[in-house]
Amino acid sequence: MTTAVSGPVPGARAVAPRRRGVWWRRLRQRPLVLLAMGILALFLVLAAAGARLSPHDPTELIPGAVLLSPSAAHPFGTDELGRDVLSRVIAGARISLQTGVVTIGAALLLGTAVGVVAGYYGGLLDGALMAAMEVLLAFPQILLAMAILAMLGPSLRNAMIAVSLSAVPVYARTARSTTLTVRAMDYVEAARALGAGDGRILTRHVLPNMISPVVVLATAGIGIAILIAAGLSYLGLGAQPPTPEWGSMLSEARAYLRNAWWMATFPGLAITLVVVSLNLCGDWLRDLLDPRLRT
Amino acid sequence: MRAFLLRRLLLLVPTVLGVTLATFLMLQLTPGDPVAIMLGEFGSATEVARLRSELGLDRPVVVQYVRFLGRVVRGDLGTSIRSRRPVAEEIAERLPPTLELALAAQGLAVGVGVLAGVVAATARRPALDSAVVAVTLVGLSMPTFWSGLLLILLFSLTLGWLPITESEGLRALVLPAVTLAAPAGAVLARITRASVLEVLRQDYVRTARAKGLAERVVVYRHALRNALIPVLTVAALQFAGLVAGAVIVESVFARPGLGRLAVTAILSRDFPLAQGIVLVVAGMYVFVNAGVDVMYGLLDPRIRYR
Repeated sequence: MTTAVSGPVPGARAVAPRRRGVWWRRLRQRPLVLLAMGILALFLVLAAAGARLSPHDPTELIPGAVLLSPSAAHPFGTDELGRDVLSRVIAGARISLQTGVVTIGAALLLGTAVGVVAGYYGGLLDGALMAAMEVLLAFPQILLAMAILAMLGPSLRNAMIAVSLSAVPVYARTARSTTLTVRAMDYVEAARALGAGDGRILTRHVLPNMISPVVVLATAGIGIAILIAAGLSYLGLGAQPPTPEWGSMLSEARAYLRNAWWMATFPGLAITLVVVSLNLCGDWLRDLLDPRLRT
Repeated sequence: MRAFLLRRLLLLVPTVLGVTLATFLMLQLTPGDPVAIMLGEFGSATEVARLRSELGLDRPVVVQYVRFLGRVVRGDLGTSIRSRRPVAEEIAERLPPTLELALAAQGLAVGVGVLAGVVAATARRPALDSAVVAVTLVGLSMPTFWSGLLLILLFSLTLGWLPITESEGLRALVLPAVTLAAPAGAVLARITRASVLEVLRQDYVRTARAKGLAERVVVYRHALRNALIPVLTVAALQFAGLVAGAVIVESVFARPGLGRLAVTAILSRDFPLAQGIVLVVAGMYVFVNAGVDVMYGLLDPRIRYR
């Protein structure tokens, strides 16, 4: 299990093919995780090539096609303005996946930077940085995101900024605690004894060894970020009409629930599939990289 | 014990100060001029100046913060820009339905979540365990703004069992509470399952089994008591999250409450109202947190000496 924790082991490249074999064998024993990866791959393709794959423009108002139930021409039906729901769900994949990856990517970078600097240098800097993070952690994440949106004003871009910033303290705290553990390791002292500077120790020794719990957290974090961002759009605080965002599509579908079940079903299904898949992969990655966190 | 209590209460001081400072800074850190944003393009120069002095924005920041603290301590959260009513009054009006919803959801989540977790951990057939794990995974991943719509579609529109238009009374509380409880219950089920599995490996459980106790007694009298400590901590910490999560559920079911007030405040750029709501919910979170720590110390003496 410990070989799975990536570290700057000399000759690591030589054993890489064998390690890939182990990964594949482990993965084959978890068919659900494979399925989840397949679903995520499908949505990634949709996000990347969506415009070429979708039958209609997501904002096109098709004449005479208002509130049509699913059929061969419109597999997911059409909405109250005569827009093709399938095309809108496909366009929504790009928005949601982008939101999840970009917000958590930024939060991961910022949180890790804060946590590593605080944990490695310690002292007053650590105290000040972590006090600020603790205060932010005193707010539930969706409340913090809403507070940031109250300052910036509602829009999809601002919702992404809000979701990203509201996730930073979680990563900072984890990054700091793992950095503290790594800093106390003999190999860090050995590197320092050999005359390595802070920059080299941080990038070559501390970062590679502290990062895996943070990455595990981030995998699950993408799903949470997608849910919160879509929720903000549902409330009208994120993406604005006519943007084909899954949350705002569900919000529009609410008024037509009685007559047009398909308007709510397909965006709802899409977001649930993506988040379930992300959670499955996150659990699997956690078991693989950090057996201590296993539940 | 008294030293532990005192230490925990003293720890509250910096946290509460930090939360008030962060909430205070919301207005200061807003890009652009918040007064101009609030009044929109129709604000005349005199109106802008009047609102600026009403909010105290024409004074030094430190003075502003001290005055802000002084007002908050007296329960004065300022005046709503939109309704011209005291923010504290608006919040006091909308808080009870939200608390009611959050409490109902909490009860459901703890009841169903703990039961499901124990069933999964002690299941003789692996299929049952897998089924519970699968259900919790879906519960965790489904957005409440979809699951709520599905419940309305099934129980209100198709079966006609429960109302959608009413917002008063117990019957109107059922669907929103179930919707809000689902993700929280899923988390609790997962934690309970892990915690019970952990405790069942302990020596004292083996001792209890070796004494010849019935499996039911071993699980419910010996294992569950100890397994529940982390579960209850998480459950209590979830409460403020449920209050915040009620925002979306209230919007799905068109219930009046703090969440919808918050959305209105953000959409109409009503800074004092938004600030007040953020402060109240975050304050609740902090105090519940401290309460949980104290309870934890009462339940488990080892904590007190850390």
